[in-house]
Amino acid sequence: MSDPTNNDPLMDDREASTGLSGSTTSDTLHPPTELTSSVTGELRRAVLGMNLLVSALAVVLALAIGAVLIALSSPNVIESAGYFFARPLDTVAAIWQSVTSAYSALIQGALINIDALREGDISRAFYPLSETLTVSAPLILAGLAVAIPFRAGLFNIGAQGQMAFAAIGGGFVGFAISLPAGVHLIVSLIAAMLFGAFYAGIVGFLKARTGAHEVITTIMLNYIAIYFLGWVLNQDWFQREGRNDPISPILSDTALFPRFFGDGLRVHAGIVVAVLAVVVLWWTLTKTTLGFKIQTVGANASAARTAGIDVGRIWIAAMLIAGAMAGLAVSMNVNGTDKVVTAGIVGNIGFDAITVALLGRGSPFGVLWAGLLFGGLRAGGLAMQASTGTPIDIVLVLQALIVLFIAAPALVRSVFRIRAGGTEALSLAKGWGT
Amino acid sequence: MTIAMPQRSSDVPLVTIAPPSPRKPIIMTSLAVALGAVFIWMAPSDQVTTFLFNLGDPVISIPDWEFNARIGATVFAILAVLFAAAAWPINARRGSLMLPALGVGVSLVLAFLSWVGADSRIPITGLLQGSLLLAVPLVFGAMSGVLCERSGVININIEGQLLVGAFLGAVVGSLLSNAYLGLLAAPVAGALLGLLLAVFATKYFVDQVVVGVVLNVLAVGLTGFLYTRFLTEEPDLWNNPPLLPTISIPVLSEIPILGPILFDQNVIVYLMYVVVIVIQIALFKTRWGLRLRSVGEHPEAADSVGIRVNRTRFRAVVLGAAVAGLGGAFFTLGSVGAFGREMTAGNGFIALAALIFGRWNPLGALAAALLFGFADNLQNVLSIIGSPIPSQFLLMLPYVVTIFAVVGLVGRVRAPGADGIPFRKS
Repeated sequence: MSDPTNNDPLMDDREASTGLSGSTTSDTLHPPTELTSSVTGELRRAVLGMNLLVSALAVVLALAIGAVLIALSSPNVIESAGYFFARPLDTVAAIWQSVTSAYSALIQGALINIDALREGDISRAFYPLSETLTVSAPLILAGLAVAIPFRAGLFNIGAQGQMAFAAIGGGFVGFAISLPAGVHLIVSLIAAMLFGAFYAGIVGFLKARTGAHEVITTIMLNYIAIYFLGWVLNQDWFQREGRNDPISPILSDTALFPRFFGDGLRVHAGIVVAVLAVVVLWWTLTKTTLGFKIQTVGANASAARTAGIDVGRIWIAAMLIAGAMAGLAVSMNVNGTDKVVTAGIVGNIGFDAITVALLGRGSPFGVLWAGLLFGGLRAGGLAMQASTGTPIDIVLVLQALIVLFIAAPALVRSVFRIRAGGTEALSLAKGWGT
Repeated sequence: MTIAMPQRSSDVPLVTIAPPSPRKPIIMTSLAVALGAVFIWMAPSDQVTTFLFNLGDPVISIPDWEFNARIGATVFAILAVLFAAAAWPINARRGSLMLPALGVGVSLVLAFLSWVGADSRIPITGLLQGSLLLAVPLVFGAMSGVLCERSGVININIEGQLLVGAFLGAVVGSLLSNAYLGLLAAPVAGALLGLLLAVFATKYFVDQVVVGVVLNVLAVGLTGFLYTRFLTEEPDLWNNPPLLPTISIPVLSEIPILGPILFDQNVIVYLMYVVVIVIQIALFKTRWGLRLRSVGEHPEAADSVGIRVNRTRFRAVVLGAAVAGLGGAFFTLGSVGAFGREMTAGNGFIALAALIFGRWNPLGALAAALLFGFADNLQNVLSIIGSPIPSQFLLMLPYVVTIFAVVGLVGRVRAPGADGIPFRKS
């Protein structure tokens, strides 16, 4: 496995880059040969290509750097370092203590509260898991909103804006009309999906008709949507009566996601919707003509065009799907946790979704695991901040580092001195102009 | 196209060239007429608009300017139409339409202000000065974008570069109680982040948009983490930098209107003038600039004549990021003082918009950044005097015009040829 003689990091590059010759126009992650792959097939290939190992090592490396950051900034470590030469072991102990307490709080906060479990307090014991699932649901759906365009060769940075815009539709249906329970929720979700799809569709349309680069248009549309939402929240027909601040009325109970375990645990049916969406999109991508076309366009747009695929239509279709997913994602907050529409309803989910999609390498099941991982990190991060005082921002650092290392496998391999195997560079590089 | 003519006469050209497209004059004229009409119609005929020109206590005082709102709007609208009319003959001669376009724009803005300023007072000088200040970080960010993207590396990371510059500037300035030392530290922070972008883009050939996005997350996470751990714990020690003092340039700062706007500022603003001019000249008049542009337009050609493509890109990215870091210091040392979580608030993305709207040119990006700063500050001023237009729509303006620019409604913008495409030597 490891080769101590391979000290040249560039060596890995050369090996990795074989087979990447068309990388300026093709998404090398998903060559058309993988179109018929099953999940296990993907997994097998991933292991063969040592993707899994590199991914795991990327997480390890990120956690290690995070540990350094936690240790260096810990008040106890700084204090004991002041008398390092008198009692060096104190510093070592403080470092060990700060890192292990932070990470164990992080893990417990994401999975299960062991103390509460021992006491037999089931509700409190599973509170962390409930939080992880609650936080993961919008991350997974928004991750899909980024991942599907990925497969068509588009980089959708606009999940943030699509979610903000979709919140207007879903929220309005949720509080302004009355329908029977269940139906109301579904109509509200459909409204959010339609609003999101419309907003994302603009991007696909502009790309197809004028060639405007989607990264630029999505960034711009993000801000337009946020200001538009701000304006809507100040209009009589959207603002809660008697309030001057930008906030909508509370959604009708009929439009809310049912909770599984009463009011004690926040986890709601939205996570089921997210998993369903993953399965449906996996099926769409791998088993349908549309999915085949999306992957073909993503692999090589000009070849797809030559083969008679209407590339513009596929781009628009991919963006419509993405927008619908973004709409569902924001509904997790609107109809699930928040129950109102506010200016901050999207939070930072649209941007976190980019890291989720990158970690999931654009595959729906990859997005599912990545969403659960980052959702867990976020839920655990809050618990860690509460119990050890380690700022939750460390989670953002971990998130960024994990994706960065996974995007540059050559770097991870050179750190751990592993030889390259297979092609695995995360590349969908395209110029502004193309 | 060329037809061999046996007898050449002066009225039959050898080569026929299509007459210049009247698209731009048509757009300018219709804008001037349509918007002018709206502003005249909306301006109340029975109210007085006042333009104030004095800021503070100037040496040469300019009297306030009071006029009937509708008459003012009419005069400025007619002026806009005249400028648009002037564009036609210039366009026919294939001359530059910059001056007429500027004239139309300024006239329309003044007509607009005549309308919205009815029954109140518009501080013209203050409006412009505030616009310049809001544009400062945008200009630095856009210059970072110019350097990176002209060399062929997409820079989505401007936001992060501004943020770390703001952070380190504040921290160093605070620890050493010296704003100028903080100002020296800010570009170092930007350059370090740029170093990561450069390494991943030119050594590991990772998708540049991906790296940029991820490094933004990293910048937010790192500054947020350190902010909570140190800056909020002991704000007096870590987050209490002195502000950069205002330096009035003798004589120049006494010019009416322009003086207080341009020459009564802190050192970052003066650095901005220098940076823009230096980059403009270096990029287009020096061998260094030619090489930098060549690796961004056609790296294979540059490589074939012995230019080291990835090394050139590496240096351009780090240099650009340092410029953005310097601009980030304006958020802390130049205006607010203390650092705040995510205080750059999307300015890096407006800078990116300015870069694109300015067509990847330093002077164009400067103009775009000033325009965006103006839109931002106009929104501030209008929210004080009570505006008929919702502030959100004014805030949207930079983003909307950028979309118009990339879809080709106001002249197609074109990115450097190899922008975003990693170069692997075969």
